[in-house]
Amino acid sequence: MKRTGAQIFIEALLREGVKYIFGYPGGAVLPIYNELFDAPINHILVRHEQAAVHAADGYARASGKPGVVLVTSGPGATNTVTGIATAYMDSIPVVVFTGQVPTPLIGNDAFQEADIVGITRPCTKHNYLVKDVKDLARIIKEAFYIATSGRPGPVLVDLPKDVLTNSTEPRYPSEVKLRGYNPTYKGHPKQIEKALNLILRSRRPLIYAGGGVVLSGGSEELRAFAEKLNIPVTMTLMGLGGFPGTHPLSLGMLGMHGTYRANMAVTHCDCLIAIGSRFDDRVTGKIEEFAPHAKIVHVDIDPTSISKNVQVDIPIVGDVKLVLRDFLRLMEGRDLSHYHKELEEWHQQIEEWKRAHRMAYQQKMRGKIKPQYVVEKIYELTRGDAIITTEVGQNQMWAAQYYLFDKPRRFLTSGGLGTMGYGFPAAIGAQFAHPEMTVIDIAGDGSIQMNIQELATAVQYRLPVKVAILNNGFLGMVRQWQELFYDKRYSASCIQVAPDFVKLAQAYGAVGLRAMKPREVVPVIEKALSIKDRPVIMDFHVDREESVYPMVPAGAPLSKMLLV
Amino acid sequence: MRHTISVLVDNEFGVLSRVAGLFSGRGFNIESLCVAETQDPTVSRMTIVTSGDDQIIEQITKQLNKLINVIKVIDLTETEHIEREMVLLKVGTTSETRAEVLRIADIFRGRIVDVSPTSYTIEVTGDEEKIEAIMTLLKPFGIKELVRTGKVAIARSPKK
Repeated sequence: MKRTGAQIFIEALLREGVKYIFGYPGGAVLPIYNELFDAPINHILVRHEQAAVHAADGYARASGKPGVVLVTSGPGATNTVTGIATAYMDSIPVVVFTGQVPTPLIGNDAFQEADIVGITRPCTKHNYLVKDVKDLARIIKEAFYIATSGRPGPVLVDLPKDVLTNSTEPRYPSEVKLRGYNPTYKGHPKQIEKALNLILRSRRPLIYAGGGVVLSGGSEELRAFAEKLNIPVTMTLMGLGGFPGTHPLSLGMLGMHGTYRANMAVTHCDCLIAIGSRFDDRVTGKIEEFAPHAKIVHVDIDPTSISKNVQVDIPIVGDVKLVLRDFLRLMEGRDLSHYHKELEEWHQQIEEWKRAHRMAYQQKMRGKIKPQYVVEKIYELTRGDAIITTEVGQNQMWAAQYYLFDKPRRFLTSGGLGTMGYGFPAAIGAQFAHPEMTVIDIAGDGSIQMNIQELATAVQYRLPVKVAILNNGFLGMVRQWQELFYDKRYSASCIQVAPDFVKLAQAYGAVGLRAMKPREVVPVIEKALSIKDRPVIMDFHVDREESVYPMVPAGAPLSKMLLV
Repeated sequence: MRHTISVLVDNEFGVLSRVAGLFSGRGFNIESLCVAETQDPTVSRMTIVTSGDDQIIEQITKQLNKLINVIKVIDLTETEHIEREMVLLKVGTTSETRAEVLRIADIFRGRIVDVSPTSYTIEVTGDEEKIEAIMTLLKPFGIKELVRTGKVAIARSPKK
């Protein structure tokens, strides 16, 4: 039976198991919206297309399933770009469907026309312009396959209106064949053996785990691997939760705002085992002095990540989970107690670094609220078992430092692109993925305003998403850099006018709470956690000039930390 | 160092801009680029001449391989291969220089493909050295216009 493009679209999505579409309608996609009206797929109406992508991204990160977005042509499509670039930098599987003007009008500067395939070419894993309804079912299948396989990433499919209204006998392929795409999952056994020998010869080994651990679902394997060898683990921002933050082998995060012991361990290790991480500049600091004494083993599914920033001694291309399983198999039954003994000195050294400098702040109950105190109380009151999203800047770093994640897919943050405005819509997406869980966006007063309109979305779907605004009246991280590197010339970083966030919440039909004094912090969080039927904004007025420490200034080596 | 990279790609719209965008977006350099259909009409071959140290060339080949529409990447510099380029040269001539220009073209097995009272247009095919050589010899006569196809290359077959 012949079906229209719009009908094929719905059927193809159902075959992919799609439950939620985050979207915003418009002229070019009306044929799809007409079909969606009675289709068994939930459409979540956001208030801005950028938020649709962040929500789909948050859904994907929290659930491990691809997020789906549907927007119209022109401005609807261009508004998705920041969300797509965010997902691309963090390797998140999102499939974005954009409307397009009818094929005969493409290139004519038609109303609401934008060359979105051209615009998003550098920030998608792949993208498509569907020119014929006969290709639609196949392309949708390919889009989901590409987004979710190998190193995941966003895929965009541009749908001209006439493709949606034209009809064909649909054929839904059962599998995908792409001659130019064949990701490597299994690591080379020789390389794995070589790497293990190198590790067993090392005396100061360190595991440096990144987002790839979370994406591959390899957390359990990483834990077994680290425990079997008794090797300490430091994590990147994206890797938090990939290894339990409360584990005795955990050194916490490394890099620009990493812990003292993690950065010292990197600087002194003789074998660095990079797992699903990519040597980002915020991690390495001055690249020439990164892990200067170490032989480097690098496990990554993306060959381009290997030897891109640092020369690697033993590269292993493959899926983190599968490669770690191969390592474990190789060590099965082996007695490593001799090796463990060799590492004792190293563990002692790390313990000394830990004692020498701990992450700390002082909360005087009569003083101003310290932002770190807010995060720590959120951690305690949620028993470390919430999904935390963040915006970008100080709020993001304090969340990373003071909320310890024991499980993967609990910390959702824009690590690569650093997108302010990410956290709130991502929290909405995460709440759809896990309706029973507590989802909290740790935000700043600057970044929350970049997607504040999504309060309406959260109220409409009765989502109990919480937003904790660490309100310091500044673009805090910008202010911090200006304090440290620009003689305290606070150019444009002071937010002189901000809304009354409590009243704003109420205006949207959400709950607004405020804490001005330290003793009000716990009651506000407790009250917020008790609300289950609508979003809550918590407005914490915190010490205005608190800074994030430790800090490695951009371009400095990790050993040159500013400590406070 | 200069490398000649042969890339087999899906013969689809937009593929060229994916490859070109990869080079511009990552600051890689393209010295020349040739694209055309192969014996299989669904596949095109690009011959890209680029330069960079080993690490850059490694990134270029890996990044090319990462593109979904790229089927195969071969760095021909590492293997025995044949390179050819064609050039069309419009050389200024006078009654005194005509014979000399013609002789030079002959030496390089060039062909005169267009004649006017004041110029010859010469077609020459060869490897880079040959092209450079004829250009040097013709320069004193005044090269009015010049167009090069860019290099195409193919690996030599094994001899046994």
